[in-house]
Amino acid sequence: MTKVVDARGLSCPQPVILARQAMEEGEFPIEVLVDTVTSRENVRRAATKAGLQVQVEAVGDEFKLTLTQ
Amino acid sequence: MGLGSPDDATVYRMENGTLLVATADFFAPVVDDAYTYGAIAAANSISDVYAMGGTPFLALNLAAIPSDMPPEIAAEIFRGGMEKAREAGVIVAGGHTMDDKEPKYGLAVIGTVVPERLLLKGGARPGERLVLTKPLGSGIITTAYKSGQASPEVLAQAVPWMLRLNRDAVRAVHATSARGATDVTGFGFLGHATEMALAARVRFRIRADRVPILEVARPLADLWLFPGGTAANEMYFGQWVTFDPSIPEEVRMLLFDAQTNGGILAAIPAAEMDRFAEACQALDQPFWEVGEVLEGEPGIEVVARD
Repeated sequence: MTKVVDARGLSCPQPVILARQAMEEGEFPIEVLVDTVTSRENVRRAATKAGLQVQVEAVGDEFKLTLTQ
Repeated sequence: MGLGSPDDATVYRMENGTLLVATADFFAPVVDDAYTYGAIAAANSISDVYAMGGTPFLALNLAAIPSDMPPEIAAEIFRGGMEKAREAGVIVAGGHTMDDKEPKYGLAVIGTVVPERLLLKGGARPGERLVLTKPLGSGIITTAYKSGQASPEVLAQAVPWMLRLNRDAVRAVHATSARGATDVTGFGFLGHATEMALAARVRFRIRADRVPILEVARPLADLWLFPGGTAANEMYFGQWVTFDPSIPEEVRMLLFDAQTNGGILAAIPAAEMDRFAEACQALDQPFWEVGEVLEGEPGIEVVARD
């Protein structure tokens, strides 16, 4: 089952912290929902730095990042 | 100054030729201690007058206080601000407080400067050396602390720098014939450097290995705990900045990190660097030489080393 982290409405670094907590649980894939470009970029880079694959999808004005190992 | 060229404060020429410098700034708490928060916010507000080469003398409080905040806490914020202002030779007289959910505090500050001592973002000239007077890292450290990702000990590394007035840094700049300076705040080191380079139509070469960064900020950068403002800085100012490919991504972001009451970034004539260094030493003011001003396409190139 895909784990969903809803980080919409939160400002950085909160989305990164929530995504990292999910990453540490070790179950993939993880979907991270964000609603700003800065959050999208921060989560994308934090996950890339952690060695994960990141897929970004625009959903209306918001973004869905899918993190896989 | 006209509205076309952004600078650190508004300058108004009075009839006697003296320039009046006016600025205002306020923000939400960056530390838990109310007194320290007030003092940092005041030092930050006053800094914009220093960044113009001015001498501040009068300020008004700007505050938003939650209705459920104990009055003695609010009083500590104002006391911190007033005592920091006094250290700067500034009288705080009145102001305005409104009710809001999250506290905010800062000052509207007035100072003066004679035209010969005015420091402008566009004042840098090719051949000058770039100096920075505080290490970077306050943005990521304070946001990491606020979100429970950094210890009080880590925060304590940034606090003395955030509390420090930029007065002595500007005194040292004034010991030289430098005309270009700004203070490093919300746009981060590279954001403010870009503003200076574009305004002066020059190129800055920055030595990444010489830019001071608080050591405790580095592990936080590895975890990518940057505030939203830092990412926004990189996205906006990145178009004018090139990096040596060997410079790691987290170091690039630290160079964009939004600062609270950061240091003075100034362009000092190369022949006057000794004079600047002596003035800094006499004032017990640290500084780091971080790069140089070149002719060429306006913008910033960040090199790893020489």
